[in-house]
Amino acid sequence: MEPNKFYVTTDPHADHGDHHDDDHGHDTGTMLGFWIYLMSDCLIFGILFAVYAVLGQNFAAGPNPSDLFEIDMILVSTFMLLFSSITYGFAVLKMEANNKNGMMLWLIITGLFGLAFLYLEIVEFEHLWHLGATPMASAFLSSFFTLVGTHGLHVTAGCLWLVVLLVQVQMHGLTAANKRRIMCLSLFWHFLDLIWIGVFSLVYLTGVTLT
Amino acid sequence: MSADTAHGSMKSYMIGFILSVVLTVIPFALVMGDMLSSEGATIAIIFLLGAGQMLVHLHYFLHVTLKVENGWQAMSIVFTIILLVIIMVGSIWVMTHLQENMMPAHDQIERVLDGQ
Repeated sequence: MEPNKFYVTTDPHADHGDHHDDDHGHDTGTMLGFWIYLMSDCLIFGILFAVYAVLGQNFAAGPNPSDLFEIDMILVSTFMLLFSSITYGFAVLKMEANNKNGMMLWLIITGLFGLAFLYLEIVEFEHLWHLGATPMASAFLSSFFTLVGTHGLHVTAGCLWLVVLLVQVQMHGLTAANKRRIMCLSLFWHFLDLIWIGVFSLVYLTGVTLT
Repeated sequence: MSADTAHGSMKSYMIGFILSVVLTVIPFALVMGDMLSSEGATIAIIFLLGAGQMLVHLHYFLHVTLKVENGWQAMSIVFTIILLVIIMVGSIWVMTHLQENMMPAHDQIERVLDGQ
């Protein structure tokens, strides 16, 4: 057996060619490795959820969730993420059918839903800031902005990744490497939607119910 | 389809999507329409449906199964869930008690004053 090298001069996935449609590089461990990254990310969110659960009721005589949150707008942004999840699913189905243009179209729609979600989040943060509900106002708002902001940063990273992938697919087509990348981003994207379920349940719905 | 890959079909994605819509709309309707008088019951339903929707996402969107990657995917998620439960339950438990201790009850204050 050859000793492992830290640098890779050839694409280790190149041999697996396009002829085998269902091969997204599972046997090289990339998908499992990415999954384990997601689990570590899940721990980051878990800790932020725990912090919010502990501090979320400490308003320091400042505004509480009922004063601040507009639940109907949260419902809209929840649906933006949910739509983006299903359209990503459609993109993966097009990819499996080797339909490059169909896949790119669905990925662009996914990205637009992602941007709509981010836009609503920025509007919300700006609104809160305007009311004086900044992270400095209370422990509740510090933990709120940390948790929701971290999720928003992840969605931003996902959108950037999506743009890079679209360029790569446009340049090189549906190669095995690109399919593997699309499957990784698929996991990342659905994972962010899953985290959002926790955010709207704990932060928004429970917060408004309790105050 | 090879043995260690799990993919969705049009049908499975649509089932997952419709279940997610239902599981999202119910808790929002409960809160927006102020439907239940009991806060405890509302929160219990929110968390129950939230957990249910997470399972729906894991199954229909993330395609987590016991077979993928020879079970390592399921193994890592179980490990992560154990860590999450320890972190979350532990933090809430410890910090609730800390807050109780930081705010002495009336009789505790009296006891201290009597001792002087």
